[in-house]
Amino acid sequence: MVSTTHFLVLGAILFTIGTVGVILRRNVIIMFMCVELMLNAVNLTFLAFARHFNQIDAQIFVFFVMTVAAAEAAVGLALIVLLSRRTNSVDIDQADTMKW
Amino acid sequence: MEELVFYLCAAVAVVAALMVIVQRNAVYSALALIACFCSVAVLFFQLGAEFIAMIQVIVYAGAIMVLFLFVIMLIDPESEGFAVNRHKRITITAVPVAALLGLLLLWAVTAIVPDGSDASLASTGGIEPIARSLFGEYLLPFEVTSILILVAVLGAMVLAKRTD
Repeated sequence: MVSTTHFLVLGAILFTIGTVGVILRRNVIIMFMCVELMLNAVNLTFLAFARHFNQIDAQIFVFFVMTVAAAEAAVGLALIVLLSRRTNSVDIDQADTMKW
Repeated sequence: MEELVFYLCAAVAVVAALMVIVQRNAVYSALALIACFCSVAVLFFQLGAEFIAMIQVIVYAGAIMVLFLFVIMLIDPESEGFAVNRHKRITITAVPVAALLGLLLLWAVTAIVPDGSDASLASTGGIEPIARSLFGEYLLPFEVTSILILVAVLGAMVLAKRTD
């Protein structure tokens, strides 16, 4: 059986990659996809601990994380469509009207 | 055998995640992310969470990523150059920040995890205990989730509506 630490290390690696993507990329869509990647890494960690402690509750939590992620994707993509219609690009640096 | 599957899927997941970051074209990023989600779903299976693994494939890799692909093709983000470039500062700060975060997380997961009860049964999955828990102990959060999704759908419609 693969040990819990293996899964946790993989989750940490995926989370870090997602963070790097959010920091580095300026494309809103790709930043958003990196956030999804981070959520997925956290889900992996949750499930690793679920097996480790033999608890079912973590799976319920992952279920809720997924539904909230779906809702977030719907609203976020609507915002991205709106942004691209306003500024004619998906560059996050174009959305700086608030810091005039 | 189990280790082999783990290392194979982990390698695919990490490489696909890296592809998400470095791809020039957003469509390729989305496809790489689908590959990453699918290999992580295999790992969910390995962790004994069959239901979550199926949800991962159907909802994440299926529905959400198709939504992403639709939006990418709708607004055509072809115009963007490669990753950063115009902001050297961000690139320079990103590397140490990422290294620090990675090392911190690796230290946390290797130091804090209590070893011992690792040999517990991997058979907590299956759909019946999840259903009992979801519709028993967690009934109220489950119902609140439905309202959340309703609000999200309405919000998305209102936001994306053309008003000119």
